[in-house]
Amino acid sequence: MGSTIFATVGAQMGFDRLISAVDAWAKQHPETTVFAQIGPGSYEPRSMEWTRLLEPAAFRMRVETADALVGHAGMGTIITALQHAKPVLIMPRRGDRQETRNDHQVATADRFGSKPGVLVAMDEGDIARKLDTILSADRPDPLGNTASTQLVETIRRFIHSAGADAASVRPPSDSTETDP
Amino acid sequence: MAKKPRVLAIASGGGHWVQLLRVAPAFEGCDTCFVTVRRSYREDIPFGRFRTIVDATRWNKIKLARMALKIALIVLLERPDVVISTGAAPGYFAFRVARLLGARTIWLDSIANAEVLSMTGKMVEPYADLWLTQWEHLATPSGPSYGGSVI
Repeated sequence: MGSTIFATVGAQMGFDRLISAVDAWAKQHPETTVFAQIGPGSYEPRSMEWTRLLEPAAFRMRVETADALVGHAGMGTIITALQHAKPVLIMPRRGDRQETRNDHQVATADRFGSKPGVLVAMDEGDIARKLDTILSADRPDPLGNTASTQLVETIRRFIHSAGADAASVRPPSDSTETDP
Repeated sequence: MAKKPRVLAIASGGGHWVQLLRVAPAFEGCDTCFVTVRRSYREDIPFGRFRTIVDATRWNKIKLARMALKIALIVLLERPDVVISTGAAPGYFAFRVARLLGARTIWLDSIANAEVLSMTGKMVEPYADLWLTQWEHLATPSGPSYGGSVI
């Protein structure tokens, strides 16, 4: 029985550059089962099974049964992969191609690409080479289901502090105005 | 505090929602209502109530207006003591209404924003009582502050 790869680009926007590159790889690798959630993308895969949107339970089942994930460099995808200790290949959406509003996914890919089990393809030309290696990549260290203790405590303390104490939690603001 | 604090935890879908769920242990023991954009996310919540709003980006003004109205209604019904959001637009609208009603607000900017704060994250500054980034290098003395991350 061959390996299974689950490709996902989130629900809100398609990501044809990624999906078509994964589809091309799937055509060359019939021994690997690839399934894709393509969102509202316009490219419809020919060499792999796909759907537009999975509900959470079905999505979780796809993640659990996959040997590796490939997706856009969104935090939902990355956190899900880490929680399930699955190797993940991420490719950032680009702001200048209207794939998302700015290049924040490029920054995310830079920051998370150094973690064990997280591979980065900066563009579609890099997808095939990285997919060739992902099934033998190290699994990431499993991530628990909750935020850092520090963050949970920061929030909990604020919630339970009386309104008058709120100012002491937040540093005083100055007159710097950078908002649009 | 005599009664349980009422918490409204609100986020749009995908990574925003995943991050909100990861801080949910901070609302344990509170009277919590989760608000998001997909009905099927109901099965994700560990406790509390669940309400949905229409999904919208800032490119669709009509949907955005519908979202804002529904959020205003939810805030009026829920009367939270604290509103927390991981983004994006739903948090902004909830903060604006909640502040008028005297609630306190927590903005947790998404960990996706590693180089600059999100656009909404900047917009909420005047309405955020606790204004958090998840990256230490983005924290400044005048805010946002760093108080840990979802990872």
